[in-house]
Amino acid sequence: MTAVDLLALARGPLFQIALVIFAAGVTLRIVEILVIGRRPDYAEARQGAVLSGVSTMFTRSIPREGMFRRNPFVIVSGYIFHIGLFVVIFLSAPHIEVWRAITGFAWPSLPTPLVDFLTVASIAAMLVVLVNRMRDPVLRFLSTFQDYLVWAATFLAFLTGYLAVHHMLLRYEAMLAVHIISVEVLLVLFPFTKLMHTFTLFMARYYTGATFGRKGVES
Amino acid sequence: MSDGRTLGQLLAQRGVSRRAFLKYSSYLASLMALPPAASRAMAEGLAKAPRQSVIWLSFQECTGCTESITRAHSPTLEDLIFDFISLDYHHTLQAASGEAAEAARHEAMAANKGKYIVVVDGSVPVGAGAIYSTIAGITNQQMLEETVKDAFAVVAVGTCAAFGGIPHARPNPTNAMPIRRLVKDKPVINISGCPPIPEAMAGTLAHVLAFGNVPELDSHGRPLAFFGDSIHDRCYRRPFYDKGQFAESFDDDGARKGWCLYKLGCKGPVTYNACATLKWNGGVSFPIQSGHGCLGCSEPHFWDMGGFYKPVSAPSDEVGPLAAIAVAGGAAAGVAAGLVHRAAKVKAKAAHTTVTVDDLEKTS
Ligand code: SF4
Repeated sequence: MTAVDLLALARGPLFQIALVIFAAGVTLRIVEILVIGRRPDYAEARQGAVLSGVSTMFTRSIPREGMFRRNPFVIVSGYIFHIGLFVVIFLSAPHIEVWRAITGFAWPSLPTPLVDFLTVASIAAMLVVLVNRMRDPVLRFLSTFQDYLVWAATFLAFLTGYLAVHHMLLRYEAMLAVHIISVEVLLVLFPFTKLMHTFTLFMARYYTGATFGRKGVES
Repeated sequence: MSDGRTLGQLLAQRGVSRRAFLKYSSYLASLMALPPAASRAMAEGLAKAPRQSVIWLSFQECTGCTESITRAHSPTLEDLIFDFISLDYHHTLQAASGEAAEAARHEAMAANKGKYIVVVDGSVPVGAGAIYSTIAGITNQQMLEETVKDAFAVVAVGTCAAFGGIPHARPNPTNAMPIRRLVKDKPVINISGCPPIPEAMAGTLAHVLAFGNVPELDSHGRPLAFFGDSIHDRCYRRPFYDKGQFAESFDDDGARKGWCLYKLGCKGPVTYNACATLKWNGGVSFPIQSGHGCLGCSEPHFWDMGGFYKPVSAPSDEVGPLAAIAVAGGAAAGVAAGLVHRAAKVKAKAAHTTVTVDDLEKTS
């Protein structure tokens, strides 16, 4: 099998399989959580739950002051690679073409050098959080195989994408195939692992905020 | 037909000056990015070489490759390449036909045993006993096997011969095969392209003649001299790609400004060929320069890469409806799973009994 065959496979059937697993899996898990629902709260609400829920979704994205001071480097790294992921996935030109193929919608892209810079920063930041995870005794104790697995899958997607764009290590078609396949692995892992936090994070924050809101407590 | 005279003698007889010949050799050497010293060696090699017998076989093809080499813009190139070689068999170009043509092929094979070069354009259909294409009463496959047996080397010209090309496109009804899959015991040089660049054909043949060996090839069997860089590596629109400036349609502002054609499906990043440097029609232009993305015609399966206007990063098949079905299916399964869990919750609640202190004190 040549690199071109691999690329054809990656862009064709493998992508379809990964997309179906991702889309069906993620929807299944979210809908399942929503259908199970929460236990009804019969107490009289002190104030509206919705507003508090929605605002908590955002306020909890800002780190607590004490936590930030304790380990600013790691927290900033966390932000960098999450923002990097968002920008690369949604605002880089080649990826917008993938979105266009799936949804029919497209939007303007960011200039390549900016996306490039964020990619390098994200790769560095991911290394920082990994080193931190392995050096901090508590974190290391809490980490499971899955934590390393999802780290590796995300890191590889970043790294191979960068190498492909810059024609490094392998020829472009080969690296592009490797990159697409690494993203497909990520898509397949997604519904079954902690990667689901991309969506559940907001649901959890909403529930927390809404519960607190009803009780008239700031969250 | 080769008659034992060397090329040097032949050209001298024709009144081609040594100077003109050296110039031509250095042109060919520079095309192939050979070092300056090699250009001299090439000239000497070519001058000493006997006129090379070439048998050109055309199978499932469109004659575009022959058009390309005979329409080579520079007249010296075309003339000279036909001086260098003795084209002993070529359906389209030879004067003889029928049995006389086949006799010419057999005669050339016998006279130049082990020394002649077989050029093939077109793929070979091997499905249904290889009967989809026959010439002179034998199948293409038989003709290939028979002709290649005593050849020095095989040159597969054009994407059909090199990789199967259009006849090989899904669903490949004739089971078309590239030459390399069928010829295992002879060196096969692929000069892909639909059609291939004439200079790439001429340069490769000149290399074989001058040095008596096969030039350095890439993993697809193509001479690195012509297929070493991707179109994208050498594309003059590359700065726009690097900056992220893309034409969104063929007649928008970006297109008029000559921005990168990536979003319009340009396959330059995954295509290896010399179009961006040698260009076409004597260096006039090449597809990207005239405003259309590269089709990737010198690559395997270029016909099946999901459409000429789909960007290389995008999935090659239609995925929108599939994603919608997956989401709908996932939602239905999610509702079902949620309801099952809810039922379990209700059941658990119903089955729940309160434990009292007395219960705990019970010994059995
Ligand atoms: S037009 Fe094609 S080959 Fe040229 S830079 Fe853009 S993508 Fe690359």
